[in-house]
Amino acid sequence: MSAASIGLNRFGYGALYGSSHTKQAELGPQEYLRKQISQYNPSPALIASRPKTGGKAGAIISAIRDARRKRRNAGDENTEGDPREDYRETVRQSAQVFRSDVALRLKTAVQSETPMAERLVHFWANHFAISVRKPGTQLEAGELEFSAIRPHIFGKFSDMLKAASLHPAMLLYLDQFQSVGPNSPFLQRRRRRNNGRDQGLNENLAREIFELHTLGVDGGYSQTDVTQFAHALTGWTIPGIARIDQFAQQQSGGASFVTMAHEPGARQIMGRTYKEGGAEQALAILDDLASHPSTARFIATKLARHFAGDTPPSVLVDRLAADFQTTNGDLASLTRTLIASPEVWVDQPVKYRQPFEWLVSSFRMTGVTNLSDRRIFNVLRELGQVPWQPPSPAGYDDIEGSWAGPDALFRRVELAERIARNVPSDDVMVRAQAAFPGALSDNTRTWLSRAESGEQALGLLLVAPEMMRR
Amino acid sequence: MTQSTLINRRHMLAGSLVIGAGTIAAPRMAFAAAPGERNVLFAMLRGAADGMAMLAPVGDPNFAKLRGTHLGEYENARKADGFFAIHPAFESIGAAYGAGEAAFVHATATSYRERSHFDGQNLLETGATAPYATTEGWLNRLTALIASEHGSGMPKALAIAPTVPLALRGPAPSSSYAPSNLPEASEAFIDRVSRLYGADKQLGELWSQALSTREMAGDDTLRNLRDAKAAGELAASLMREKNGARIAMIDLGGWDSHANQPGQFRRQAGQLDTLLGAYKAAMGTAWDNTLVMVVTEFGRTAALNGTNGTDHGTASAAIVTGGTVKGGQVIADWPGLGESQLYQARDLKPTISLESVLAGAVAGHMKIDAKRSMDHLFPGRETNPLTGLIRA
Repeated sequence: MSAASIGLNRFGYGALYGSSHTKQAELGPQEYLRKQISQYNPSPALIASRPKTGGKAGAIISAIRDARRKRRNAGDENTEGDPREDYRETVRQSAQVFRSDVALRLKTAVQSETPMAERLVHFWANHFAISVRKPGTQLEAGELEFSAIRPHIFGKFSDMLKAASLHPAMLLYLDQFQSVGPNSPFLQRRRRRNNGRDQGLNENLAREIFELHTLGVDGGYSQTDVTQFAHALTGWTIPGIARIDQFAQQQSGGASFVTMAHEPGARQIMGRTYKEGGAEQALAILDDLASHPSTARFIATKLARHFAGDTPPSVLVDRLAADFQTTNGDLASLTRTLIASPEVWVDQPVKYRQPFEWLVSSFRMTGVTNLSDRRIFNVLRELGQVPWQPPSPAGYDDIEGSWAGPDALFRRVELAERIARNVPSDDVMVRAQAAFPGALSDNTRTWLSRAESGEQALGLLLVAPEMMRR
Repeated sequence: MTQSTLINRRHMLAGSLVIGAGTIAAPRMAFAAAPGERNVLFAMLRGAADGMAMLAPVGDPNFAKLRGTHLGEYENARKADGFFAIHPAFESIGAAYGAGEAAFVHATATSYRERSHFDGQNLLETGATAPYATTEGWLNRLTALIASEHGSGMPKALAIAPTVPLALRGPAPSSSYAPSNLPEASEAFIDRVSRLYGADKQLGELWSQALSTREMAGDDTLRNLRDAKAAGELAASLMREKNGARIAMIDLGGWDSHANQPGQFRRQAGQLDTLLGAYKAAMGTAWDNTLVMVVTEFGRTAALNGTNGTDHGTASAAIVTGGTVKGGQVIADWPGLGESQLYQARDLKPTISLESVLAGAVAGHMKIDAKRSMDHLFPGRETNPLTGLIRA
């Protein structure tokens, strides 16, 4: 790969056909990337004009619980059944919001003048992965990325951590919204009224913040730390939950804090003491986690893996970790250090493109813009990578083996032929050279030139080795 | 010393419960089919499936203390002897148990002792003794081992998924297939892509595997894998023919039940049961030569958490079913559920190595030397492969 092609494809999402990106990348690939840090718009028109959908999940969940309780009281034996049928309309609307946000995310990337920044948005969103499953989450998934990730990709890691880990979508996904301190006033009162069915602690979010958002699995925490952190997080929930919402204090990122559900007392985590402090207790812990050396190392490794290959050179990891540590998680500085690192400019492709990035690049190359939300969503599902729907809280894998599958490749070929059929397919060779300046192989050039038609040539370009790896 | 005698020794020493004691002396018989016709389906339950919900130890007095509000689930459940109750959603698995074609192993875990899903799955899939120690999967090694043990070609290995899961990755060839509703590519385009990829090692290999698997699948009308019955039938259609896959893997996610576990577990277990029931029916006579192993990365806490669910734990249960399985038994060295009997006063304590279950089952089924099976598939472990899961 040439430096220009690396700047466009390894860092970004490919050249936008008909734009000046190729020329800029050829003139100065590092400058082309550094400029994107200042040009990046966290809230482009498409996103800025999107109606807010957050804050409703609590009411939806409360309605489900109500319906369940009514059924139970009515003597219906099937109390664990899915009462979602009672408000089909809400479910239908939520699904529509989700599809439309997925399409919005893709279109934003396809049109972007700062594709490296868009890649970083998606990198960080995958780091703070959520997956829509519980009712109401569909309304919050896009909100998390648009309001908790986008504003921070060139800001402080600690700000992103607090915004994302405590975003309503995360509180829902990792069960935090219903975790209650075992000795909280709320639970003590409730115990008296409730016949045995206990409520209390859920340690899911605490563990995943340690393991997946900050320190990494070998980062030096113990089971006791997990439980202590889970205690500190109690009280953090989503707005709109019946019966506790009247006690809730609205927090800046959309979450609520209910002091009555918070476990009283000080916490001991990895040798540090955090005094009682309501909502502030968890925030203080998150701040310390953000500046922990294990976090610097964990983030550096993931970032290096995304840009320098599945097994990144340790010298690059060391350099990024040092930058993260000395700047206290300044992500603009981290990005500049990444751009200036020789290890990310190696000639040979280092990554197999994931389905989402392959589709974004294909659309940027062919100029597809007018697909319906539903079509975009369905295509991403067939390709195996719907945003905000990874199989686990670890997000989508960032290694080749998870994506380079025979059947997955076949799907891209099927889709490539379909795309090529529906867009202008003149000048395929010009497009190919603009997309991979100085990096188009003789083999690809040969088979493009031997194609039966412009349409077939464009289809082949979309699945050429240059498109599959970056 | 075999695993069975180890269990019996523990039985005498610790007074713990042993079920399925008939695992030691089974008459030796010749295999009905050559190993080349044998099938292995590996189903991985991702997210840490709760073994105590799958196969509830209702005979343990502490179970009611830990899971009192869930006891109702098992009121009319099929009993596996007097001690365990099979989750009622396991209708066809329960029936197979009754018919002697399904067995359970309980209180089993890999050598992994932390509580990360991802590391736990990595260790289980690679078969290494530490997460991320290798990028090769144990099923991939099994493919090569079968070929070398029987002096045959590599058996066809297939993931029923768009991509190849870690357990199947490695030097031995494997393919992947999953139904989609994308428009089919034209023959002309497929031909051109074949030429384009001719000079590219990675894409060329993926492509030729995709083409041959497509041929095997014929014209399935299935659009995705979410329909459990159709997914089971698809798996069978890819495995029952002579030129089909001999080794296959299928993933089932959604077992991480941190909150309101009963409903979630019932749905997931129902899906698994439907899939396996449909698979068995569609395999026809090939079922007689089939081994299905259903496992998860680790179990869940013994007690319920504060949200009527369970958190990440240690030991779980495994299901082994198929025509060659010596079913109708629960193999367990039950550790007990008292606080001092739990692992770290929290989780079901592992007493049987899950690696030994997998190595022992495939060795018996594929007629491979059990020791070599353990050494190749799960190297670096002290435990012996578990015997007695396969009808001799």
